[in-house]
Amino acid sequence: MLDIKTIRQDFPILQEQVYGKPLVYLDNGATTQKPRVVIDTLEELYRKRNSSIHRGIHFLSEEMTEAYETARDTVRKFINASSTTEVIFTHGATESINAVAFSFGEKYVKKGDEVLITEMEHHSNIVPWQMLCERKEAKLKVVPFKDKGHLDLDAYRSLLNEKTRIIAVTHASNSLGTVNPVKEMIRLAHEKNIPVLVDGAQIVQHGKVDVRDLDCDFFVFSGHKIFGPTGIGVLYGKEELLEAIPPYQGGGDMVDCVKFELTTYNELPYKFEAGTTHYTGAIGLGKALEYINGLGQENIIAYEKELMDYATKKLKSIKGLKIYGNADEKISVISFLLKDVHPYDAGMVLDKMGIAVRTGTHCTQPVMDHYGIAGTIRASMVFYNTPEEIDVLVAGIERIKKMFL
Amino acid sequence: MSLKKIQDGIIAEFSIFSDWLDKYDYLIELGNDLPAIDPAYKTDEYLINGCQSKVWLYADFRDGKLWYQADSDAIIVRGIVALLVKVMNGQTPEDIIASDLHFIDEIGLKQNLSPTRSNGLLAMVKKMKLYAIAYQAKNS
Repeated sequence: MLDIKTIRQDFPILQEQVYGKPLVYLDNGATTQKPRVVIDTLEELYRKRNSSIHRGIHFLSEEMTEAYETARDTVRKFINASSTTEVIFTHGATESINAVAFSFGEKYVKKGDEVLITEMEHHSNIVPWQMLCERKEAKLKVVPFKDKGHLDLDAYRSLLNEKTRIIAVTHASNSLGTVNPVKEMIRLAHEKNIPVLVDGAQIVQHGKVDVRDLDCDFFVFSGHKIFGPTGIGVLYGKEELLEAIPPYQGGGDMVDCVKFELTTYNELPYKFEAGTTHYTGAIGLGKALEYINGLGQENIIAYEKELMDYATKKLKSIKGLKIYGNADEKISVISFLLKDVHPYDAGMVLDKMGIAVRTGTHCTQPVMDHYGIAGTIRASMVFYNTPEEIDVLVAGIERIKKMFL
Repeated sequence: MSLKKIQDGIIAEFSIFSDWLDKYDYLIELGNDLPAIDPAYKTDEYLINGCQSKVWLYADFRDGKLWYQADSDAIIVRGIVALLVKVMNGQTPEDIIASDLHFIDEIGLKQNLSPTRSNGLLAMVKKMKLYAIAYQAKNS
């Protein structure tokens, strides 16, 4: 059991007020707040221990390098990768996807090949693949989803063919909340020897991830969405694949030996970490993951399910409110509209009541096009949110109804 | 009335609201009272596409002055659109080009015209001025 009252004390920002009202932060799908341990770590690193990693011979550099590599091992354990050589630090899920789209694409995607994504991907898991397809004259294929919010698996099966080079799918949709059956999708893909990239940006903060159990070939996520600093992210890749594909960016630290005639690359994972990395971010991310481990992922999952059930029931009881995304398995994300109230209007009013939600397309325009809507209002919750906050949201929605309907 | 006087009037009107939601209620009212844009101009050609909300804008030039018609799909945005139209309508291109829309800041709506809001309003103000520049050039 989680003691939410105590947990909320760990997050300084949750004690803040906006417009003189207590902050009700329900925009966790966009970014999560940081526990004190992460904030303090960053401050201490800059105050007392700052030094560039992997280069120095001096005390601080060694210490920072060790902390950075410890963070890598914390990430490895968190996603259950077999080796730290498979854990690459990037700037975020977006960069991780771009790296794979570029490096894997350079090596394996040719004219006439197909790249398979789904209709519910975030723009960051669409555009890099579009760019790859444009570069290589390959075709982008899209698995549709059903109105209820789940992927059409029959369509998925029929789209897998000998031309499919790679599949990129989100583990959980940021706008619909749907948790996709990625393990089964990976199994089906592997029957045809097609590698799969899983976008884990919306799952890591809500559920347990085991990349070996999933057997995914690539897995990406962002630090800032899992209570860590912004500007840090992770790319997991199976070692043999990361060995096989070329580096994404050139620069310092990613090289073994540089000569004007020929440069050889450093070994994994450094081959993919060009330049000075966001080492403080990586260490902060490690602290965030330790914090989650301390709470217990099972406890988080159980609490969020309870909160989500409460929120869904409450919102469904509001007349005129329609939820978009009603899959059986969801992360704690609820997208909705209130009759014909424009989501932007609703968001502006909720904002002034101290309630932070996201409005608009949530970087998933194809999802909005699917339903023929301009956008939705999205409440996304994590373990520090409470039923009382849901009640504040419901009161806000009732007020909006009075103002606009 | 001068651009400045109209702005002062709006600032005085808004000064009575202490609660944000009352302010929004008033903007909704203004949005509802904004004369409908001629359907001929509610087309993609006149659309300013913000990522969050849409704004349509058209301007006529009569008697040396600009006359705007505008609309938005979001009502509060339409209320702000109504204020902008009220301030700029019937002004000369010179005054519009030189205008400093300080009332937006004074009535607390500045964030709605920030480049990151992507509601179409900032682009609308720019386009209002562009119309003025275009008519001024045409006229000279």
